Amino acid sequence: MLTRALGRTPYYVVAGGLAVIFLFPLLWNAWASVSGQPGTAQPSGYGLGNYRTLLDYDAGLWRYLLNSTIVSALTVALTLGVSLLGGYAFARFDFPGRNVLFLLTLAILMVPYATLLIPLYVLLGRLHLQNSLIGLSLVLAMFQLPFATFMMRISFEAVPRELEESALVDGCGTAGALRRVLLPAVRPGLITVGLFAFLAAWNDFIAPLILISDSEKAPLPLAVANLRQQSMGAVDYGATEAGVVVLAVPCLLLFLLLQRHYIRGFMSGALKG
Amino acid sequence: MAVPQGQGPGLRGPTAVFVAVFFLVPLLLVGQMSLSDWPLLAGDRGVNAPENYSDIAEGTLFWPAIRFTLLYTVIVTAVLLTLALGLALLVQESRPGAGFFRTVYFLPSALGLASASLLFWGLYSPTTGPLSRVLEKLGLVDDPVSFLGTPTSALLSTVFLIVWKFAGFYMLILLVGLQRIPHEVYEAARTDGASRGQIFRSITLPLLRPSLALCLLLCVTGSLLAFDQFFILTKGGPDNGTVTVVQLIYREAFQRMDLGTAAALSIVVLAALLLLNALQFRGLRRADES
Repeated sequence: MLTRALGRTPYYVVAGGLAVIFLFPLLWNAWASVSGQPGTAQPSGYGLGNYRTLLDYDAGLWRYLLNSTIVSALTVALTLGVSLLGGYAFARFDFPGRNVLFLLTLAILMVPYATLLIPLYVLLGRLHLQNSLIGLSLVLAMFQLPFATFMMRISFEAVPRELEESALVDGCGTAGALRRVLLPAVRPGLITVGLFAFLAAWNDFIAPLILISDSEKAPLPLAVANLRQQSMGAVDYGATEAGVVVLAVPCLLLFLLLQRHYIRGFMSGALKG
Repeated sequence: MAVPQGQGPGLRGPTAVFVAVFFLVPLLLVGQMSLSDWPLLAGDRGVNAPENYSDIAEGTLFWPAIRFTLLYTVIVTAVLLTLALGLALLVQESRPGAGFFRTVYFLPSALGLASASLLFWGLYSPTTGPLSRVLEKLGLVDDPVSFLGTPTSALLSTVFLIVWKFAGFYMLILLVGLQRIPHEVYEAARTDGASRGQIFRSITLPLLRPSLALCLLLCVTGSLLAFDQFFILTKGGPDNGTVTVVQLIYREAFQRMDLGTAAALSIVVLAALLLLNALQFRGLRRADES
């Protein structure tokens, strides 16, 4: 018993030491955001001074949170809608150009983000969608399509055909079959797609940096990065740390709540590899 | 059952529109832009080929940016994949607590890259950051450490951030691969008296190759396109010592306000990546055949 416990000790020393290294930055940031530092709105003691700075910064935290929420919600809705229909079409229907369209969708992955953002900046200007949260969401949804379409296609392919056949025999149209029978069956895939789309949209930095020029319309990551730069010379570390907390908490909560769906995304990617 | 043909177009329509409008059109447009005089504010001023492309090579930062991006990619890929493999091997066994360690190692991957960069920007601060103070207290250094003060220290500090942020992500991909290796293979090797090192070299590594290849592809591509971390931590400094290729595209477009040259650079990056991917696929296929 004792030797077995001793035999395990190095494992726990190594694994535990690594756990401390991985957790330390997160814990430190949370602590630093509420603790006193000279040169911040929370000069001493503990309190929410840094969060108050964030609330009052430029257009205000609520505005930036609203921008981020709008962009994330639109991106998730667009990604889910397009990939649900597309995944169903690729899994169940034969149409001319089916393989070409599927490969083109996956090819989005092969093209660097920056290569597309330069022409998209010009294109969105022509479509009067420059500097618009809708334009940004359309672009972010497009970047989600390879993963989302692939995920929804394999989700639909995993559903036995007999299920929708019996629904069609019972008098459902294709739309009815999709809604009543298939939708519940592919729900896990939809949750995974939605989760990844949300995290990508909530966290994206370079797309809004290029496509949004009006600071009123900046999503939160851009606003926090700007806040850091604008405080002339004297940088406000405290407010930045508070911003990181606001940015990180929804992602960490979603991950801990939806771990299962998160892992599914990895399994599909690894299968493909 | 006959597949209903009529519904196909309506279902695939949105995908086709998205791919056409936001992928194919921009792809053509970036090609056209790369051949044109295209200032940020004035817009298209007609063909000037091949001026944008010759401008790229004449830019003073072009070759340093390529060198820096390649150096960064090699270091990040080597460190990250080694650590990720180590973590995956560490947490794959079903010991008590392994699930907890798995979650903890993955936690930074749930964050956004920009958020993680902003976090480390505070962590690395010579005045208020904890790392510098800890080193001073331990007596390892006399003065506050400037983690981002020289190009080399800025590079290594950024590598540390990226390893912290992504190790759990790659660990998870490798863990999925490890769990797909059948137990019987290990048992057979153990009955034959293979040592742990032999098992690792001749069973784990070869059977893990598809997952390792996926990690390699993602890591190399991601590192070659690095932007957020350097934009936030170093802004390409000090002394333009940490400018990556994608940062160069951004600078051409929005600081030098020359979309034509930025487009030409984008095409060069695209071509390089396609070439690299093709080489990797060929290498993988050849390895599969052997």
